[in-house]
Amino acid sequence: MGELVRFIAQALVNHPDQVMITEKEDEDSVIIELRVAPDDMGRIIGKQGHIAKAIRTVVRSAAGRQKKRVTVDIV
Amino acid sequence: MRFVEATGRTEEEAIQSALDQLNVSRDDVDIEVLEPASKGILGLWGSKPAKVKVTVKDKKADKAREFLEGVIERMKVDASIVVEQRDDGDIIMNIEGVRIGRLIGHRGETLDALQYLVNLACNRDGEEHSKIILDAENYRKKREQALVDLAFKMADKVKRTRRRVILEPMSSYERRILHTALQDDPDVTTYSEGIEPRRKVVITLK
Repeated sequence: MGELVRFIAQALVNHPDQVMITEKEDEDSVIIELRVAPDDMGRIIGKQGHIAKAIRTVVRSAAGRQKKRVTVDIV
Repeated sequence: MRFVEATGRTEEEAIQSALDQLNVSRDDVDIEVLEPASKGILGLWGSKPAKVKVTVKDKKADKAREFLEGVIERMKVDASIVVEQRDDGDIIMNIEGVRIGRLIGHRGETLDALQYLVNLACNRDGEEHSKIILDAENYRKKREQALVDLAFKMADKVKRTRRRVILEPMSSYERRILHTALQDDPDVTTYSEGIEPRRKVVITLK
């Protein structure tokens, strides 16, 4: 799932080499942390968080029937 | 579409001149020879320069496909993409596959999210902002028809029961389809109430 977030983020930012993903997983949840260059923050959050919301929607869909709750944190 | 027409003593010269004007490389263009060069008789009479039309290829569709394929693959969904370039510059991408419900999501929310992202990914540096419209197994077309049917059915109910009907929350795009479907109905009127994303269409007697 982290690879999906990485792929989307890299397509949106100016510094794809600075996109960093960490995945934390326990029994009932997966937390994906996304880090980008400071001047790219706007490109993955968007006006009123629209872009971040779209990324989360896609990731949640991809997680599909997996019982685990998937969250994407932009840090 | 960016293109120039250029002339030169030979086709090669004409093409080179066009590439210089566009400031792009030969791989990025389509070339059409409008008039071949003619040497004339003995190189004296009736010699004519070559004329070519050189058009910069629209790479956006390729880029959009690449992005979408990458996302779909990482979502572990099996699907193929059919791209259609409309005359107005918009690109329609229809995702086809057997089990692609995951790409559509509840009420198309995933499809909307993907459409938003693919437009962002492909419009970043482009000057011209042609739109990319995503559909999946013609979901949008079918949904539109279903909404129009719903509008008529609910309008009948309002007339029969003389009570207003409040529909479930919908996106602005979907609400517009409902308003449009009933705008010429002499007996009912429609409006929206509530706050996004839970804004709903209300159908009531005039």
